[in-house]
Amino acid sequence: MVPLSWYLALSAVLFTIGVIGVLIQRNVISLFMCVELMLNAVNLSLIAFSRLHGDVKGQLFVFIVMAVAAAEAAVGLAIIIALFRSRETLNVDEADLLKL
Amino acid sequence: MLKWIVFAPLIGAIINGLFGRRFLALLGQKATERLVGFIACASVGVSAALAFTTFFGRLLPLPEGQRIITEHLFTWLKVGSFQADFAYLLDPLSGIYILFITGVGLLIHIYAAGYMHGDPGYYRFFCYLNLFMFMMLTLVLADNLLLLFVGWEGVGLCSYLLIGYYIKWDVAGSAAKKAFVMNRIGDFGFMIATFLVFTTFGTISFVTKNVNGHEIHSFLAQAASTTAAIGTLTAIALLFFVGATGKSAQIPLFTWLPDAMAGPTPVSALIHAATMVTAGVYLVARCSPVFVKAPTAMAIVAVIGAATAIFAATIGIAQNDIKKVLAYSTVSQLGYMFLACGVGAFTAGIFHVMTHAFFKALLFLGSGSVIHGMSNEQDMRRMGGLRKYMPITFSTMAVGWLAISGVPLLSGFFSKDEILWRAWSTEALPHNWGKALWVVAAITAVITAVYMTRLMVMTFWGSERFAEAHDDHHAATGHASGGHTSGGHGDDHGHHGSPHESGWLMTVPLIILAMLSLVGGYVGVPAALSMGRPNYFEDFLKPAVAQVDPATATHFVASPTDVMAQSEAHGAEAPAQAAHEGGHDVETERLFTAISSVLALLGLGFGLVFFRRNPLWRAPKLLEDKYRVDEFYDATVVGPVENLSRDGLWKIVDVKIIDGFVNGVARLFAAVAGALRYTQTGFARNYAAVILFGAIIIIGYFIVSFFGIRINI
Repeated sequence: MVPLSWYLALSAVLFTIGVIGVLIQRNVISLFMCVELMLNAVNLSLIAFSRLHGDVKGQLFVFIVMAVAAAEAAVGLAIIIALFRSRETLNVDEADLLKL
Repeated sequence: MLKWIVFAPLIGAIINGLFGRRFLALLGQKATERLVGFIACASVGVSAALAFTTFFGRLLPLPEGQRIITEHLFTWLKVGSFQADFAYLLDPLSGIYILFITGVGLLIHIYAAGYMHGDPGYYRFFCYLNLFMFMMLTLVLADNLLLLFVGWEGVGLCSYLLIGYYIKWDVAGSAAKKAFVMNRIGDFGFMIATFLVFTTFGTISFVTKNVNGHEIHSFLAQAASTTAAIGTLTAIALLFFVGATGKSAQIPLFTWLPDAMAGPTPVSALIHAATMVTAGVYLVARCSPVFVKAPTAMAIVAVIGAATAIFAATIGIAQNDIKKVLAYSTVSQLGYMFLACGVGAFTAGIFHVMTHAFFKALLFLGSGSVIHGMSNEQDMRRMGGLRKYMPITFSTMAVGWLAISGVPLLSGFFSKDEILWRAWSTEALPHNWGKALWVVAAITAVITAVYMTRLMVMTFWGSERFAEAHDDHHAATGHASGGHTSGGHGDDHGHHGSPHESGWLMTVPLIILAMLSLVGGYVGVPAALSMGRPNYFEDFLKPAVAQVDPATATHFVASPTDVMAQSEAHGAEAPAQAAHEGGHDVETERLFTAISSVLALLGLGFGLVFFRRNPLWRAPKLLEDKYRVDEFYDATVVGPVENLSRDGLWKIVDVKIIDGFVNGVARLFAAVAGALRYTQTGFARNYAAVILFGAIIIIGYFIVSFFGIRINI
């Protein structure tokens, strides 16, 4: 059986990739995917602990996260499309209307 | 009952103060004047009616020596053994005061309703005037020093408001400020004295109180049998006297009173002649048990009083403003009152307070009538010959003139003669002091007759100097141009150059006051002049004030003077007093009465002859300049304080230190913010990076602090 630490290490690696992606990417779709990656990294660790403790609550929690992520994806993609329509770009740095 | 005497004027003040403006907007000037005047006079009228019924119906029928009525409203302050009640005390002393305060006050209110006719601030004036009545009655009816102080400060406030009543005239504004600040100096003494009274006697009440289950006698009663050091008592008495010099305009704090004449004339009559300025005399008389235990203080009071009397009288002879003459005359007469107190004749002092209230209010109101009739002319050099234009004003003022000069059988004669005699025969001072003070007071009496005659002659006799001088000077008189913004008094015949008699609202109070000045002295005819009948006024008042024991001329033992516990002591003393007054002294007293009558008539005669010939006689420059006391104060006190304030407190403390500190703090924050602003880039990723770093730091902290705790797999 694969030990827990492996799952946690994978989860941490995925999460870190997501964070770095959010910080350095300018393309809004890439940003979006990185956020999803962070969410799923967390999901992975939740499931790993759920298995370890033999408790189903962790898996339930993952379903909630997935549902929220799906809703977020729907809203986020809509925003991205709206952004693209008005700006004709996917670069987040150009969406700076609120900046002084 | 007592509380309504005090509170009736307050109700009037509240109504006029809160709704006067609305009345004016709704009803117009004329109807507002009627309504406001009615409310003001009615509230004082109620107060006066209650005062008279309480005095004659309840206080007088009580047996002699037990004439005391108290009324407890509520306990105001109670801290440990300290207790100050909101309670009133009516005894012979405060009884006399409330009679003439409400009586003369009512007359002056009625007069003012006529005098202030046409003034747009009518309601404001009467609001202040009623408030003054409330405060003055609080002052004299208070049963402890703290409540007395409330009234004391209250009348000071009202005095300030009313001196500065003509708010657009800067002379009035600075006169008001001067009065207020000078009174503050006196109040300082009053407060320290009150503190000392409490630490010495453990109470500040005038009557015996039950505090925490203990009977605590009034500090007045305790003073009579106290073992406290004479230094403490002297300090208390002198500090009270400092308060009195401020309020009653004595040397060295007298200069505010002449300036206070910038207020409307009824105010000068009510506050700065008849009532408020005599509060100092009241205070000294009220605390007389402390004073008689402190001979040094008594001597100082007497000397200051006599000095002020002659000092102010000599200034009064050189003034040309009719109200200024009367103001200095008031200062001088107040000096007489303090002289009386200082020689132990508190009853004579209070008697003079009462008669002075009559004739000085009369003289002020008469001068107001003249000023009114002359369209706000106050300079006597531009008057003259007014006798035939203002017959009522002339004849009533003539009564006041004769009364203040001490012409026999008028009120001022009895009270002044009493003071002179008591000064001569005093046992409260070292042997020859009384005689020296008598000489000063007698000279003052002559001067009083002279300057009052000068006033009357310049105003009512001689050529009519107003006709030619009027046009070119009137604009420059200041009072007229700055004072009355309403554009004259609204009556058609009051145009320049033709003096006229005032309306009945003003003449009726004059007539009543003239009658009082005529007969007011007969309540206090001394035994020597009334075929051995005792001095009614003195006997009535005696239980409320302390006596200097006639048996011991060198050291002073007061009779027990707690007004509560007075009766038996007084009974024992009365025969001794009667015996003392018999025989030889009566002859001397009569002789001195004759002397003072001659002096008064001499002054009058000289004045009439001299000033009829030279109405525009110029007094020595020094007198005209009021001995340059104001200039002296400016040079020694006001100037240095101003310089210190400007060059020290303003330019160094305020600008450099306080502003420097405030600006320094502001600059510090600006610098910090200037550095921090660079973190605010506007890039969302930068903020995300900050969040990440924060998360890393927190996680790192936990990892480090829980190092060694491993998760078992």
